[in-house]
Amino acid sequence: MKPELLKRMVKGPDGVEFEVEPMRDYYCDAPPTVQHGAYIKIVEDFFNWARAESLWILGFGTGCGAIEMRPLMTPRFDAYRYGIQWRPTPRQANLLVISGYLSTKTLKRAIRAYEQMQSPKYVVGLGSCTINGGMYWDSYNTIKCLDQYMPVDLYITGCMPRPEALLAGFEDLKKLIRAGKAEGANQYAERFDWYKANQKQVIHDWDMPDYNW
Amino acid sequence: MHALYDRLKALFPLGELTEQRANLAFATLPVEYLRPALLHLRDQEGYTHLVLLTAVDWLEDGQENCQFQLTYLLNNRAENLDIGLRVMLPREGTTMASIHDLWPTAATYQRELREMFGIDFPDSPGVYEEFILEGWNDIPPYRRDFDTLKYANDSYAQRAGRETRDPETHMKEQLYPGKS
Ligand code: SF4
Repeated sequence: MKPELLKRMVKGPDGVEFEVEPMRDYYCDAPPTVQHGAYIKIVEDFFNWARAESLWILGFGTGCGAIEMRPLMTPRFDAYRYGIQWRPTPRQANLLVISGYLSTKTLKRAIRAYEQMQSPKYVVGLGSCTINGGMYWDSYNTIKCLDQYMPVDLYITGCMPRPEALLAGFEDLKKLIRAGKAEGANQYAERFDWYKANQKQVIHDWDMPDYNW
Repeated sequence: MHALYDRLKALFPLGELTEQRANLAFATLPVEYLRPALLHLRDQEGYTHLVLLTAVDWLEDGQENCQFQLTYLLNNRAENLDIGLRVMLPREGTTMASIHDLWPTAATYQRELREMFGIDFPDSPGVYEEFILEGWNDIPPYRRDFDTLKYANDSYAQRAGRETRDPETHMKEQLYPGKS
C-alpha cells in the first residue's frame, strides 16, 4: 500500500497533531443500496423523463475513443443542443462514457469515478474494445468485457464510433431511461459482491476502500 | 558516418557498422567500453542528446546465447546525425550500469526497462518504483518468453462469440466472391 494511504499522525496548520487513516476517514464504508422507483408509475415516468433530459457526462476519456468526444463537445457536432453536457468531476456527472480500451490501471480509476457519481447514473461503453476486447483482445493489461466490472446501460459499436454514432447512442440511452430500463446503478447495488470480486480479480494492487464515495 | 566510425574504431573495439540511412548508423561494442564510448561521443563528438534507450529480446538466437540487446541512440543536433551504440547482455539475472549521471533522462528509460524486461540498473534513481504497470504479478511482459495471449485468456473474462478472420482471405471473399 502506498505510504500516503497508511494510518499516520499529521500536523495541521495550527500546530495540532491528529491521526489520519485515509482508508477509513475519507470514505463512507456503506455499500450502495438499491433505489426503488416512485410509489406510482406516473410519477416514476415523470422522473424518468426528467432524467433522460438531463445527461451530464463525466469528462473522463480512456482509449482512442476519447478523441471523438472533443468534436462532440465543440461546435462541429455540438452535443449540447441535445441537452448533453460534460462536467469536470464525478460528483457533478451522471453519465460515464468508457471511451475505449481500459487497462487494469485505468479500470481502477474508472471504478472510483463511477462510484463517486450520484445515482441515478448511467454507463455507456464505446467501441469494440469495451465489448469484446477489440484489437486489444490479447493484451496483457486490458480488460475485454466491460460489463464484468461495471454495469453498462448501452454499448455503441465501432472502432472507433464516429460522433454521429455517439449522438444516436445518446438518443437511444434517453429512450432507455424514459422506459425505465437504464437500471445500471441498481444492478450494481444488487450484484455488488459479484462486481467487486471481478474487479479484484484483475486489479492486483487493490488500495482503496470497497466503495469509494 | 564512416569518418566518425573510423575515429571511434581507433579507440574502442567496435563491431561492424550498420548504416540504416546516410545519417543513422548502429555499431555494437562490448559492455565494458560502453560508458567511455558514450562519454567520448557526448563530450568530443557533439552527440549531446540521448534520443532513446531501448532493449530487444533476441530469444530465438538459441538457449546458450539468449541475449538482450540494449540500444543507446545518440543525436548530434548540429550535424543532424544519429548513432546507436549497442551492447549485448545475457538474459538471466541481467544487471547493467546506469548512465543517469550522463543523461538524467536515462533514469526513466532504465525504470521502464527494469519493469518491462527485468533488466536491473541498480544505481539508477527510483528504478524499483512501479512505472507503467500496477501490481504486476508475472514475469516482465516485454520478455519474449512471456505468453501474452495465454495471460490475457487466463486473466480477463471474455464475451462468447468473438470471431477472428484472416484479413487477407476475408477481404478477398468480400471483394471477389467465389474466386479465392
Ligand atoms: S474500439 Fe478501436 S478506437 Fe476504440 S479504443 Fe478500441 S481500438 Fe481504439
